[in-house]
Amino acid sequence: MAAASFTAAKFLAPVAARSGGDRAPPLPAIGAASARPRRGAQQTRLRTALAVSSDVLAGNKAAQAAAGEPVVTREEALEVYEDMVLGRVFEDMCAQMYYRGKMFGFVHLYNGQEAVSTGFIKLLNQADCVVSTYRDHVHALSKGVPARSVMAELFGKATGCCRGQGGSMHMFSAPHNLLGGFAFIGEGIPVATGAAFAAKYRHEVLKQSSPDGLDVTLAFFGDGTCNNGQFFECLNMAQLWKLPIVFVVENNLWAIGMSHLRATSDPEIYKKGPAFGMPGVHVDGMDVLKVREVAKEAIQRARRGEGPTLVECETYRFRGHSLADPDELRKPDEKSHYAARDPITALKKYIIEYNLATESELKSIEKKIDDIVEEAVEFADASPHPPRSQLLENVFADPKGFGIGPDGKYRCEDPKFTQGTAQV
Amino acid sequence: MAAAASSSCTLRGVGAVASAKPRSAAAPAARSARVAAAAKGPARGRLVARNAVAVTPRRMRRPRRLDPSQAALREGLIEEMKSDPTVCVMGEDVGHYGGSYKVTKGLAEMFGDLRVLDTPIAENSFTGMGIGAAMKGLRPIVEGMNMGFLLLAYNQISNNCGMLHYTSGGQFKIPVVIRGPGGVGRQLGAEHSQRLESYFQSIPGLQMVACSTPYNAKGLMKAAIRSENPVVLFEHVLLYNLKEKIPDEEYICCLEVAEMVRPGEHVTILTYSRMRYHVMQAAKTLVNKGYDPEVIDIRSLKPFDLHTIGNSIKKTHRVLIVEECMRTGGIGASLRSAIIDNFWDYLDAPIMCLSSQDVPTPYAGTLEDATVVQPAQIVAAVEQICQ
Repeated sequence: MAAASFTAAKFLAPVAARSGGDRAPPLPAIGAASARPRRGAQQTRLRTALAVSSDVLAGNKAAQAAAGEPVVTREEALEVYEDMVLGRVFEDMCAQMYYRGKMFGFVHLYNGQEAVSTGFIKLLNQADCVVSTYRDHVHALSKGVPARSVMAELFGKATGCCRGQGGSMHMFSAPHNLLGGFAFIGEGIPVATGAAFAAKYRHEVLKQSSPDGLDVTLAFFGDGTCNNGQFFECLNMAQLWKLPIVFVVENNLWAIGMSHLRATSDPEIYKKGPAFGMPGVHVDGMDVLKVREVAKEAIQRARRGEGPTLVECETYRFRGHSLADPDELRKPDEKSHYAARDPITALKKYIIEYNLATESELKSIEKKIDDIVEEAVEFADASPHPPRSQLLENVFADPKGFGIGPDGKYRCEDPKFTQGTAQV
Repeated sequence: MAAAASSSCTLRGVGAVASAKPRSAAAPAARSARVAAAAKGPARGRLVARNAVAVTPRRMRRPRRLDPSQAALREGLIEEMKSDPTVCVMGEDVGHYGGSYKVTKGLAEMFGDLRVLDTPIAENSFTGMGIGAAMKGLRPIVEGMNMGFLLLAYNQISNNCGMLHYTSGGQFKIPVVIRGPGGVGRQLGAEHSQRLESYFQSIPGLQMVACSTPYNAKGLMKAAIRSENPVVLFEHVLLYNLKEKIPDEEYICCLEVAEMVRPGEHVTILTYSRMRYHVMQAAKTLVNKGYDPEVIDIRSLKPFDLHTIGNSIKKTHRVLIVEECMRTGGIGASLRSAIIDNFWDYLDAPIMCLSSQDVPTPYAGTLEDATVVQPAQIVAAVEQICQ
């Protein structure tokens, strides 16, 4: 198994401060047999939250820079920085706009998790696919959907990426191969599996090959989803047929108000990969460079046709589950622990330390992003609402699906159909 | 009337045969269905059904071609898979086993294991996989080994199959065909005797058709595969071994059009799938009693072909719906309401709807017979309507 490639993802000892429980012994590196029973540790670990201290902040750069070399180039670092800042500023603006009554319904913000989206998606080609959940704004932005299209969609305007018909939880973009945006957790994973199946099919049946290898699909979902049947069914099918997919778990420890530990018999999600025959990797999801390293390997595996990988990113959302969530159950010390591991602050520190860019260059990136997001709001504000005529247009790809009316004509031939007022 | 409807139905390539034209080869009688049913196997375990004793009219004894429904379906599949390499099949036991009702027999040898994919038992996930593949350019045909199993795929069928074209603002299309055997069989028990058309009918963005003869089975299969919309094709467990002469030349049945089975003057009987045969059986008795029923196989369960149906009602002024769905919330309930909305002024009598009982289908044969509509009830209903 290619698990040995994942050397970057080592386990460190859990932090005792989290829940006052005992310090559990270090968890084994991925190459080790996961079948070894650790009963005593099992008990302790279930009571202790799985908090892993960050290499970057603790100053331990062993995994990253043995010879004092940065693990990314200046261009890569700036690209990554800009993408994360875009995600953060955009989501903050969403919160503002929501409270000003410009967007409605359920809005789930991504603050704090930027390292996962950026770490993975910036490695993809245009032909690669991303499938997300309802927490999808930043996945859309990382995949290249313009901020103005996403903001307009959130405002419910006709210029939104889904013409205002999808909303916050249903971001789609065919040119960027963003296959949604799903409101029910778990229901995107089979869709992602299908996209990966299509990539394999194109290669093997249609004989359409690319020199890069197979087109890869990334499926993003959370810890709560990992107790859902669709997750397991797709792990099985993806490994069975060696589909070019990476299952990315954004384990932020909470499914609305349900703690991952209260919901899951074995909370170590990465271990469920080997149970299906694929590598399972755990990575510090607050560290974009670590995520990127793991992502590189997982994506390359998929491209080479070696099959899927399960990557568990330990991450955290700084805001509540959605803008309607009072977020009363999470303890302040847990929140401050992760706030101190803010991936953007950490990367900024890294960039400065390794002289990849200056403070003022980073500031100018931040200013650029501020402008982009403000422009996106202006664009969305100024855009028109969808007209009534849009109501019936996209129900069917072939509008003959509305059938034949009493007069013998197809319903869609009724002139009122394009006005959105036809009887259908 | 129906010809006008089919002329506006422009399907790709093929000269569309007007599907509303009465078939010269009479549909095999209900007795044949009962005998054929004795030969069919349950969902798992039994392999190929024994050759049914098809009761066919004398003039068809030496046919040019006599195809059972399941072979007609298979032919439709093969033709489409040959002409379009993006068409693929996925489902449980569709490949090496050839399908639980042998619809996909031989396809895996012809097209390979990826194009005819044997899936693990994970309906929701492999249906979703079909949807994702469709979004990325393939045209999957997802088989529910029994339609009832697709209840497990309801999440994907409702949320993703029906809705993604809309929620994505028209960016992705989902040209999947979801098909499988359903309906009440021979003592298969409650869970294998379900009628999912009543559950799926409200899902926006979905089309539903039900085949009932080898001719329309092949035609609807091909049309469904070619359609850009997601189509659910309801086959019936008891109809796979019906035999009928079908054309050698390529043809398609329009998805949105109903089929005129027997023109008449006194009453419009609307039916679909297996109940068509009970209706035709009853029609013989009715004719002997001096009635002249017009029998329409609606075929398109969603949307309804209101043109064919309406023209018939305008002629006969009396409607009887005969369906296999349960009384509550079935296709008949929707059809009745659509007729009232559109053709109230043409009715001389209340619409009658004969449906199955709101009862989980019992195993015992006598009780099972009592849950579905029998020809005698149809005769009695027509007599009542025509008073």
